[in-house]
Amino acid sequence: MSSVTLQDVRFVEPEGTRNYITHDYGALSWLLTKDHKRIAILYLFSITALFMLGGFFAVVMRIELLTPEGDLLTSDTYNKFFTLHGIVMIFFFLIPSIPAVLGNFLLPLMLGAKDLAFPKINLLSWYLYMIAAVMGLYIIITGGVDTGWTFYTPFSTQYSNTHVFGVTFAAFIVGFSSILTGLNFLVTIHRMRAPGLTWFRLPLFVWAMYATSIVQLLATPVLAITLVMLMFERVVHVGIFDPALGGDPLLFQHMFWFYSHPAVYIMILPAMGVASEVVAAFTRKKIFGYAFVAYSSLAIAFLGFLVWAHHMFVAGISVYSAMIFSFLSYFVAVPSAIKVFNWTATLYRASVALMTPMLYILGFIGLFTIGGVTGLFLAAIGLDVHVTDTYFVVAHFHYIMVGGAVMAYMAGLHYWWPKITGRMYPEWWARLAALLIFAGFNLTFFPQFILGYLGMPRRYHAYAPEFQVLNVMSTAGASVLAVGYALPLVYLIWSLWYGRKAGPNPWGAVGLEWATSSPPPMENFHETPVVTWDAYDYPAMMKAMGETQNV
Amino acid sequence: MSDIPLDDAVVEHHEHHPFLQHHFEDLGQQHEASTLGMWMFLSTEILFFGGVLCAYWVYRILYPEAWALGAEQQNKLYGGLNTIVLIISSLTMALAVRNAQLGKRKGTVAMLFATLVFGSTFMAVKGIEYWQHYHEGLFPGVHFTWNEVPALAPKVQLFMVFYWGMTGLHALHMVIGAGLLIWMMTRAWRGHFGPEYYGPVEIMGLYWHFVDIVWIFLFPFLYLIHGVHHV
Repeated sequence: MSSVTLQDVRFVEPEGTRNYITHDYGALSWLLTKDHKRIAILYLFSITALFMLGGFFAVVMRIELLTPEGDLLTSDTYNKFFTLHGIVMIFFFLIPSIPAVLGNFLLPLMLGAKDLAFPKINLLSWYLYMIAAVMGLYIIITGGVDTGWTFYTPFSTQYSNTHVFGVTFAAFIVGFSSILTGLNFLVTIHRMRAPGLTWFRLPLFVWAMYATSIVQLLATPVLAITLVMLMFERVVHVGIFDPALGGDPLLFQHMFWFYSHPAVYIMILPAMGVASEVVAAFTRKKIFGYAFVAYSSLAIAFLGFLVWAHHMFVAGISVYSAMIFSFLSYFVAVPSAIKVFNWTATLYRASVALMTPMLYILGFIGLFTIGGVTGLFLAAIGLDVHVTDTYFVVAHFHYIMVGGAVMAYMAGLHYWWPKITGRMYPEWWARLAALLIFAGFNLTFFPQFILGYLGMPRRYHAYAPEFQVLNVMSTAGASVLAVGYALPLVYLIWSLWYGRKAGPNPWGAVGLEWATSSPPPMENFHETPVVTWDAYDYPAMMKAMGETQNV
Repeated sequence: MSDIPLDDAVVEHHEHHPFLQHHFEDLGQQHEASTLGMWMFLSTEILFFGGVLCAYWVYRILYPEAWALGAEQQNKLYGGLNTIVLIISSLTMALAVRNAQLGKRKGTVAMLFATLVFGSTFMAVKGIEYWQHYHEGLFPGVHFTWNEVPALAPKVQLFMVFYWGMTGLHALHMVIGAGLLIWMMTRAWRGHFGPEYYGPVEIMGLYWHFVDIVWIFLFPFLYLIHGVHHV
């Protein structure tokens, strides 16, 4: 029986059959859709727009920092720009990016299901996201907000004259979008798997989405209630977090980071899932240590809840609790390292096809490692005291968020682009963009490690003249990075009309999503697949094919 | 095997139960998915209320005298009455689920209606309490004029922030629950439920019981604490 491989199972529709894109026409058929694939496309448009908005703030800030004087933006405007950059990129791009676009599109396909468990709630999630995004845009147009994305009290509740209430309300709403997506994914993974698709046959992307969804479900409500208390304090003028009125500002920081540290794993766990898929597909191997990689996602999700106060080492928490949180923070490195070692072991002695998704993932593995190791520097209390609130911290989390999460998002977008659109992207241009992004990214953020170590504080529009050379390098890198991100925007749109037809499985990859047509039909599979093979069963496939069809 | 036209698969669905959604294999899968979804939603709710309860406990430990004084301002008779009313409403809710499972249409509607009556009683009593607190100057902010123990007044105000905040969130959940009850009553009246399909009533019941349990925590935390706690 075990001789049945994925190669024998095909659900490809005849040429000309209607797919999810051509199934219905008109704006309403998209705005009222309950199909997970169409909702993924809605998210793709929305988060791309918000990514450009967040990028705009970053570009203006980098131009400001070209010279030591604060000459382009006033300090107040600069405060608003870094605040809005953070809020837009974290709440409106990174957190929904891989789950809401790729996860939405792929999860039912990978599970052999017709849709997510709750299609209407899935659409509701997108509308909540859009309501929050429109509120955010309105606030940006009417004056912005200057608290930093962390909304620290009592500045945010008592002193700031900007739109704190509106922005926190928008963050509250977009939080429910995130919760409902996580809830939908968890139920889908538990209850909608195809017959035979046991837990340890699941693609590692699904394991990653599972771990991510747990964090979304359990961490986000704490942010929601914290923001409710913040809004209540601001409107009613009572002192929940204001020390002058008997409140405790540290309590706000504890509750904020109880969500916002795990939120880092909402952003990076899906990226790790993409990495596993791409590494397997472009090495034609089973992922080394599948079970370890699967369990390490859950371990990261669990440990991520126990380390929040490492954001507060200099905020006035006791030395003993700082030591405990420092100690626990080191533990997160263990499952993260397990993943990096297992991907590396998979690459070892493999014939690696250096297509665009793989280039991004190679970049991801290296940059994530640098970001992770500098995270250990920051988990050490002594070193953290030295570099707190400097550019070292900025560089560290951009290595994780941009070098890690965004690189993997780009990898996933290219890897599944043929499945989503039915068209191939232009390989040469895509490789060029990948290399530009890698080079531009490092040129932007590596100098910031040095700047921070030398003592340049974050969140100022002016700086001491001796920091200029490194800042010019960083701004130059940001320009390269901007070109790198603009290229895919152009060639991916171009490919919709002029790209080569992809066919159901252009990479010769295994996984149920490649067993149906590209783009998939509305119902995904015209009959429910029965799974008798393990994930990444490339050895069996290669054997069956006589190794004739390499990429 | 691969070229079966899509239409054949569609035809099959017409024999299915009218409330079976197209993306589920059968009613069992649909029921299990919906139930699990509600449990997960409730776990989100636990963390949501857990956050504000955590803040409540931090300040209770910091300001035990003010917390005891704050609880003294509450009407234990109203609070106790409401606790009993809610526990009875949980019983009628459970009976509504049982009636739905047995396919007893009128029994289901009657029990849902009874639950709605008890829930509304709770809200009415809560409203009287709110009204009285407002006139006693116990609403936080500029309306806070309570000053019996001046040294502790700001901390008592903080207690009242948690009182209004937590009971307010609970009341909001009750209002949503009342809306769901009315929806379920109309569906039950139309005879949607029976031994094969009673999931919505059961899931609504889970929600209702959860909201009750929240009150079971709020009542002692806000009404019954007393004395000075040294922690």
